[in-house]
This record gives sequence, structure tokens and C-alpha cells, in this order.
Amino acid sequence: MKQSRSLNVILGIYVVLVFAFVFAPIIFSMIFSFNSQRFPTIPLGEFSTEWYQKVLADPDIWKAARNSLIVSFSTALIATFLGFCTAYSDFRYNFRFKGPYLALILLPPTIPLIIMALAMLAWLSKIGMSGQLYSIVIAHSVLTAPFAMAVIRLRLNQMDPDLESAAWNLGGSEWQTMRHVIVPFCKPAIFSSLFLTAAVSFDEFAVSWFVSGLNSTLPVVVLEIVQGNIDPQVNAIGTFVFLISMTLVVLAQVFFASRQMKSIKT
Amino acid sequence: MSKPLVVFDKIQKHFGTFVAVKELDFEIREGEFLAIMGPSGCGKTTTLRMLAGLEAPTQGDIRLNDRVMNDVAPHERDTPLVWQSLALFPFLTARENVEFGLKMRGVDKAERKERALKWLDKMGILEFADRDISTLSGGQKQRVALARSLVMEPQILLLDEPLSALDAHLVIRMQAVLTDLQRELGITFVYVTHSQSEAFAMADRVIIMGKGEIAQIGSPKDIYREPANQFVAEFVGRNNILSGKVALLTNDTAHIATPSGDFTVPTNEVRLIEGHNASFVISADLVHISLSDPNDGNKAQCKLISEEFVGSMVTLFLEDAQGQEFKVQMQERELSKFDLKSGAEVWLSWDTASAHVLNES
Repeated sequence: MKQSRSLNVILGIYVVLVFAFVFAPIIFSMIFSFNSQRFPTIPLGEFSTEWYQKVLADPDIWKAARNSLIVSFSTALIATFLGFCTAYSDFRYNFRFKGPYLALILLPPTIPLIIMALAMLAWLSKIGMSGQLYSIVIAHSVLTAPFAMAVIRLRLNQMDPDLESAAWNLGGSEWQTMRHVIVPFCKPAIFSSLFLTAAVSFDEFAVSWFVSGLNSTLPVVVLEIVQGNIDPQVNAIGTFVFLISMTLVVLAQVFFASRQMKSIKT
Repeated sequence: MSKPLVVFDKIQKHFGTFVAVKELDFEIREGEFLAIMGPSGCGKTTTLRMLAGLEAPTQGDIRLNDRVMNDVAPHERDTPLVWQSLALFPFLTARENVEFGLKMRGVDKAERKERALKWLDKMGILEFADRDISTLSGGQKQRVALARSLVMEPQILLLDEPLSALDAHLVIRMQAVLTDLQRELGITFVYVTHSQSEAFAMADRVIIMGKGEIAQIGSPKDIYREPANQFVAEFVGRNNILSGKVALLTNDTAHIATPSGDFTVPTNEVRLIEGHNASFVISADLVHISLSDPNDGNKAQCKLISEEFVGSMVTLFLEDAQGQEFKVQMQERELSKFDLKSGAEVWLSWDTASAHVLNES
């Protein structure tokens, strides 16, 4: 008993250290975003919302924030739709070259981002579609669809394959079955996928920077500010971006977890 | 009797090079309770799925009410199926599950609800109408699945081993529920199972399938007393199967010489030829037991190997000097008169009329 208690304490400390290591930079960034001094040094200066005011007053940042929201929202919809379709085709059909087909679909996240970004820029400018807001949406959809597919595929694999046949057997056409059985069954995974892909897109920098042209998203604006000089504004923006993506990821997890709970119950 | 509702006309089903159904030629009569029984992999579920349109026959026609069904999509047929896995929709309540088929058919909301509640009531689970499927017990789920199919008011109901997941005592109860329902509604039930007790307890007619073919069609009694061939005799079990050569043929009996002795059997309609191989069966419950030599008739001296109790019935497993196995089924209170110990020597005997000659296949 005693031994296991001391072991628990050690494990507890270990977990705290891991979290501290992961989150320390972000927490420091948050703290400095409220610091009156221009340079991030300790001791801290006074508490100040100066940098937030500056950010809020900057129309470029407002525009970037708007761009980011539009891009991540559109990306989430497109990537989740694509992910759902591929996951369903995997669930429903057996065909030649299914293995390579699935491997190809899951490939984009394994390509180094910078290569992906360059390739996207080269391709999109070739077909005259670069430098637009939708260019980022296209690139991000390619990047995040595999995540959507993975999440939804996991859910479909939990489905009793007889469920679909049962719906046909009770008079449901293929489309009615899709609407009344497959989609409702996948609903938690669909929401989870929407939030997850939105979060990935909202944070993504490299690809956005290459293909966005003048339509910068927030991460791109942050880099542009940091390139020029040291400006605590980035801490304020960083805090904002962090909170938004964390919320999205947490929401995705909530849907994911509630689904797991339910599947344990049934 | 009654006209055929469904006709399987020379049906074959291949999956790639695998032949699931070699050739099926049979009719399903209107209003009957038909069981299709066989060991796993015999093609019985494939047969049922073809009737529901979930598999297309490779060759042959399936006709329902004289209409060729081969190219009719599953959702355009009226052949609801009760699934082995139940296949209830987990995201819907019990009532919504029952309403599902009506909703697909465009029945309006008020009527849907009324009909669903009527069937839930009929199945005795009205109080669970608004419960999630996951909160129901196995027996309750089973009733929801039945209500979901029956609410469609079909001419024919297909059941694919629906009781295989239930506890033994629930199986007996659901068997009664099913036979009562079938009598009351007068609709045709096609019931696929590997369980002899389920098939024999409920069905008017039984089809025994083996290796993608029909081995025998008949009433449960026909199949039990007069198995058509060795496959059926072995599958039905509780049979004594003896093989030998035809020694002497008379008008309506034959003497068959087996290693365990010569026995007299009625020839029935089976064509026997002197000197050729022949097998016959005697149901285990038609064999008598005695401690002394019964002198004449069909008899065999055996040693008791073991016994098996099922309620008040006992099955004795015996063996003669040649290693031929015998089974005898009798009431426990009858057996207790003999006071037998393992290894005891006893005589078995049976009436000639009890034996049944098998078709050589």
C-alpha cells in the first residue's frame, strides 16, 4: 500500500512536469500579453491591456481574424464532407486497389508541411487559383480531410453492418437509409470532425503563408509582425488563437468521448 | 392445401468460386410456418437473404405471388426480416424503431405512432415505448425487433436465427410468442435456424439443408421418424444408424446383415437390391431395453457406456461387441426399474416397423 502511494505521488509529479513542459511557453506568452514592458523580461512590469487595445484597434488584424474564421469554417465543412464520403465508401464497398486507395487518402498529413505548401502554391498558381482566400480553403481541405475520414471511419466501424440492410428491408431507399440511419449514427463523429478540422485549419501557418497572397490569416499576420520587430501584440493574438483552437479541440473531444461512453453502454 | 406464396425455381447462388446454394427448388405455402434448418454454412441464411433481396440469385427465379422478384430492390419488397443481431437502430427509441418502416413508406405521423403503439402493446412492451434501445433487456429488444417487422403488416415474415442470443428459458417463451403470433395473424413465417428443437417445436414444415442443397422437406414428425438419408439422420441426432448389406428381400421387408447381426426392416418405398449396401435408422425412443435375451425379433446385446439426463428424459449411450454405438431414450422413472450401472450388459430390441431404411446418397 505504502509503496504504491509513493509511486502515485511520483507519477503525479511526472504528469504535472509533462504538462508544465508542454504548456509553459503558452502560459508565458499569456502572461507577457498583459505585461506593460515591451521586452519579455523578469521582473514583470505593470499589468496592462495596452497590447490588446492595440490589437483591437488594428484593422489588418481584424481582417486576418475574419479570414481565419471564414477559412476554418469552410475547411471544416468541406473536409468533413469529403472525409465522410471516403469513410463511407470504405465501409460499404469492396473494390480492387482499396488498400492503395486508402493509403493515398491518408497520405497528405505525412508530407512535410513546407513541401506540401510549395506544391500547393506551384499547382494553384499554375491553374490561376493562388493568392485567394479560397486557395487556403482548398489547401486546408486537402490537409485536414484525412483527419475527418479517420474520425468518421472509426465510428462507422462500430456500426452493425446489418443496420443498413435492415433499413432497406424496412422499405428505405439508399438515400433514405443514408439520411435516416448512416448520418444519425455518425452524428457524434461528424461534429467531432467539424471541430477538429476547424482547429487544425485555424492554427495552420506554413501552407496559409504560401498560398494566401494578400489574404493573410492570423498565424500569417503574427509572423509578419514578429519579422519586423519585437512586439507584445503577438502575445495578445497568440492568447486569442490558443483559446479558440483549444475550445475547438475540447469540443471535438467532448463529442468523441460521449460517443465512446455510449458505445460502452450499448 | 394452400397455394404457393413463394416459389424457388432452380435457384443457384455462387460467391466467386464458392457455391453457397447448389440448386433449390421448393415452394413456401401461404400461411405456413416453415423452418429452414441445417448446419452452419449450409446456405440457409443465404436462401433467406435472397428472398429479402439482399443477395441476388446467380441463376433461377424467385417468385412471390407469381411475380419474379430477381430484380426487385430490397426496399421495394414487402419481406421484413428479423435479424440474428436484431439490427435495431441504437439512436432511436423503441417506438421510433417500430415506426421506422412506416416512416420510410411515407405513412403520416399520427398513424405511425398509433400503429407502433398498438404493436408494442401487442408484444407486451408498451411501457418501454420511449426508452432507448440500449436500456432494454435481450427479451425486450427481441420484441421490439418483432414489432418493427410486424407493424408493416406483411404477407410473409422472415426470421434469421432470432432466438440464438437469448437465454434458454427466454427461448422457450419466445417460441410460444412466435407460434401464437403466427396462428393469430395467419401470415407466413420463414424461420432459419440451426436448432432442431426450435424448428421442430414451431414449424409446420421443415426443410433440412446441407451443402447448399435440400436434404429433406417434410413435417417435423416425418423428418424425425423417417429421415430421407444418412445426412438428415445424423443431423437430427438421437438416431441409431446401422449399415450393412441386403441379405434377403421379401415383399415388404428386407433382411440386412450388419456386423452387429441380421435385422429385419420394412422396405417402404426405398428400392433395395440384394447384395447391395443399405442403412437404416431406429429412433432412440423406440428402442426397448431388457436384462434378458428377448429371444426373437431385432435385438442387440450392448454394454452401457454413459447416460445423459435432460429433465425427466434420459439418453443411454451403449456399445455392442463390434463397437457399434446405440442410443436409447426413455423416461427416467422407467430406467430406474433396471438399476443399471456403467458397464452393465443389457439387451436392446425394437419392432420391425420402427426401423426406417435410408436412401443411399
